[in-house]
Amino acid sequence: MPKSNGNLLSVKDLCVYFKTEDNVVKAVDGVSFEVKRGQTLGIVGESGSGKTVANLSIMRLISEPPGQIAGGAIEFNGRDILKMSPRELRDLRGCHIAMIFQDPMTSLNPFMRVSKQLMEVTQLHLGHTKEEARRHAVEMLEHVRIPDAPERIDSYPHEFSGGMRQRVMIAMALSCKPQLLIADEPTTALDVTIQAQILNLIQKLKTETGTSVILITHDLGVIAGMTDYVTVMYAGKVFEQAPTPELFERPGNPYTKALLQSVPDPTSEQGKLFQIPGQPPDLANLPSGCPFAPRCRRVEEVCRREFPPFVRLTSNHFSLCHFADEVYAESAT
Amino acid sequence: MKMESNTQPLISIKDLTVHFPVRKSLFGKRQTVKAVDGVSLDILAGETLGLVGESGCGKTTLGRAILRLVDPTAGQVIFSGQDLASLSSSAMRAQRQHLQIIFQDPYASLNPRMTVSQIISEPLATFGLARGEERTRRVQELMQQVGLSPRFLKRYPHEFSGGQRQRIGIARALSVDPSFIVADEPISALDVSIQSQIMNLLDRLRREKNLTYLFISHDLRAVQHVSDRVAVMYLGKIVELAPAKAIYARPLMPYTKALISAVPVPDPKVEAARTRIMLEGEVPSPINPPSGCRFRTRCPYAIDACASVEPALVQILPNHFAACIRISSKQPDIERVAPGAAPGLNHQAAHLHA
Repeated sequence: MPKSNGNLLSVKDLCVYFKTEDNVVKAVDGVSFEVKRGQTLGIVGESGSGKTVANLSIMRLISEPPGQIAGGAIEFNGRDILKMSPRELRDLRGCHIAMIFQDPMTSLNPFMRVSKQLMEVTQLHLGHTKEEARRHAVEMLEHVRIPDAPERIDSYPHEFSGGMRQRVMIAMALSCKPQLLIADEPTTALDVTIQAQILNLIQKLKTETGTSVILITHDLGVIAGMTDYVTVMYAGKVFEQAPTPELFERPGNPYTKALLQSVPDPTSEQGKLFQIPGQPPDLANLPSGCPFAPRCRRVEEVCRREFPPFVRLTSNHFSLCHFADEVYAESAT
Repeated sequence: MKMESNTQPLISIKDLTVHFPVRKSLFGKRQTVKAVDGVSLDILAGETLGLVGESGCGKTTLGRAILRLVDPTAGQVIFSGQDLASLSSSAMRAQRQHLQIIFQDPYASLNPRMTVSQIISEPLATFGLARGEERTRRVQELMQQVGLSPRFLKRYPHEFSGGQRQRIGIARALSVDPSFIVADEPISALDVSIQSQIMNLLDRLRREKNLTYLFISHDLRAVQHVSDRVAVMYLGKIVELAPAKAIYARPLMPYTKALISAVPVPDPKVEAARTRIMLEGEVPSPINPPSGCRFRTRCPYAIDACASVEPALVQILPNHFAACIRISSKQPDIERVAPGAAPGLNHQAAHLHA
C-alpha cells in the first residue's frame, strides 16, 4: 500500500446524513480529523455528537438506507475507503482496522464458543489452518491476560464477566495485528478498577505493536490519561482539535471549556458545580448559526446568526467559534 | 454547601442483612447470595451519605432494603423510633410517604402511558395529600422546582430527554414531601453536561427542603462532590466510612485506595505522573465470599491473618472508620506498617470483647 505523510488515517470533510420521514438528520457534517502512526486520537462528545457515526463510517458500517455518506473522503494509508470494493472492504475490516464496542456481550456471538469466534478471524484473513488458528487464539487470550486461557477458550461468552468479555473482544480485534484500533467507549460499561485494567492493557498492546488507536469516550479523565491528540465533537461538527495537554490547559472553545468545568474535580475544593444549561441539541432541528449558541455563556448576537469559522489557533490547535482567539487568550490566564 | 455539625441520625441501620436464595440448576444445591451482610450505618439528618462500590457489591440492595423494596433477612432499620424492617406491610406503606427513591434509568422508571402530570400526582393521590385544583397546583409547583416548564403537564415521558426524565422522577419523589431519598445512580445514564445539572438540582433541593440523601453511585468523582460522608462497600460489607474530603485525600483501607487510584483524573499532567494501584482479577462471587477479609484475594497488602480474621469497621482517625486489621489508630498508614504486622488485630480483639 502506498504511504502518505505520517498519517495513517485522514478523514476529510466527512458528511453522513440519515433520512427520516420528514427530515434529514446530519449526524456528521463536515468532519475532518487525522490519526498519525502510533498515536492515540481521542474523540469526546455527548450523545448525538456524531462520534460513533463518524467512526462507523471509517469501517463503512453505516447501513444505507437510512444512512448515507453524503460527502468527503476517508483515506487510510493513502487510499480512499469510500471508493473501495466490497472485497477490499472485507480485507480492510478484518486485517487493517479493528473495532471494539462498549458492550462486549452484544458484539460477541452468544451461541458460539469463544475459540471458534477467535479462530474464524485468522482462518479467514491470515489463511491459518485449524491448528494454527487455535494456537494463535490461545496466544491472543494469554496476551490479553485471560487466566487459564487454554481451558477457558472453549467457553461461551456468557461464561465470562464483563471485563473478561472486553478482553476477548480486544484479543479478537488484535488477532490480525491491525494498523488501527477503533475503541468506542470500551470501558463505559465496566467498573473503575476493571476500566483501569482494560485501559492499561490497550496502552500496553499499543506500545508493543505500534497500533494506532482512536478512542471514543465521554470521560475526560480517560482522554487525559490515554490520548495524544483530541477532537471534541458537538452536534455532528468538530468543535475543537488540539494536542491533549494543550486542550486541557488552554481550551479555545467555550463548549470544551464548559465541559472541562462541569466534571467534578476531586483534587480541588468546589462549591456548586459548573453546569451547562439546556439540553444536547436535536440534530433534526438545529438552530441557525452556531449549534452550541443556545447553551453557550459567551454567546453574542452573531453566534445565533452565522455559523462560526474553524479558527486555527496554533499549528495544530483549531476551534470552531466566532470568538476562538479571545477564548484561547482567556484560557492562558 | 456541605454541613458540618453533628446531628441526630435520621435512619439507623443495625446489622442489616439481605440474602437471596439461588439455585444454579433445577436440582442443584441451594445457595445464598450474601448481597448485604451485616451492615450497620447511621444516616444523619440533613446529610448526603454517598455509597460507592463496584457492581455486585450490594449497594443497590442496601438502598432498597432500607426502603423495604426488598425484605431484609435480618437486622433493623430504625426510622423515627420504629424498626422499618419489622413493620407490617400496611404500617410500612404509611411510612413510604417519608421515604422515597430516585432510580438510575429515567427511561425505565416512568410509565410511558401516563402523562407527566399523572406521574407526579400519583403519589399525592396514593397518600390522599391533595385533590382537584390543589393537586394540579402542587404538580405545577413541583415541576417548576425541578426546572421543568409546567407547560409540559400533559406530555408523555417519551417526549423528554434523559435529563428531563430524571427531573420528572425527582419531582415524583418530592411530591409527598419526604424526609429521606435514596438516589440510586441518579446520574449514571446521563450525559456529562446533564450530570452536573442534576447534581446541582439535587443539592439545591436538599437545602431548600431539608432532605437527607443516600446517594448511591459507582462514580467516585460524583459521590465525592455531592456527599458529606462517603461509605465504601465491597462484597456486602461497608469497608470504609469517612467525611467525603477525607476519604479522597487520605483513603485508609487498601480497597478504597485502589478504587480512588483507578478513577481517571481530567488532567493530563496528573495522569502522566500518577502511579495506579492495579487490582488483579475481579470481585469474587458473593455466593462464596473469601473468608476473613473479603478483599484479601485482591489486596496487595494481604497477610495470612487476613484469611482468618473478619475485620470490623473501627474508628482509625476521628470520624474516619475502616475495616482492615493491618492498620490502627496508632499507625493508620498501611504503607508504613511493618511487613507482616497487623496492628489492628488488637482493635479487633477489643471489638470482640466489647
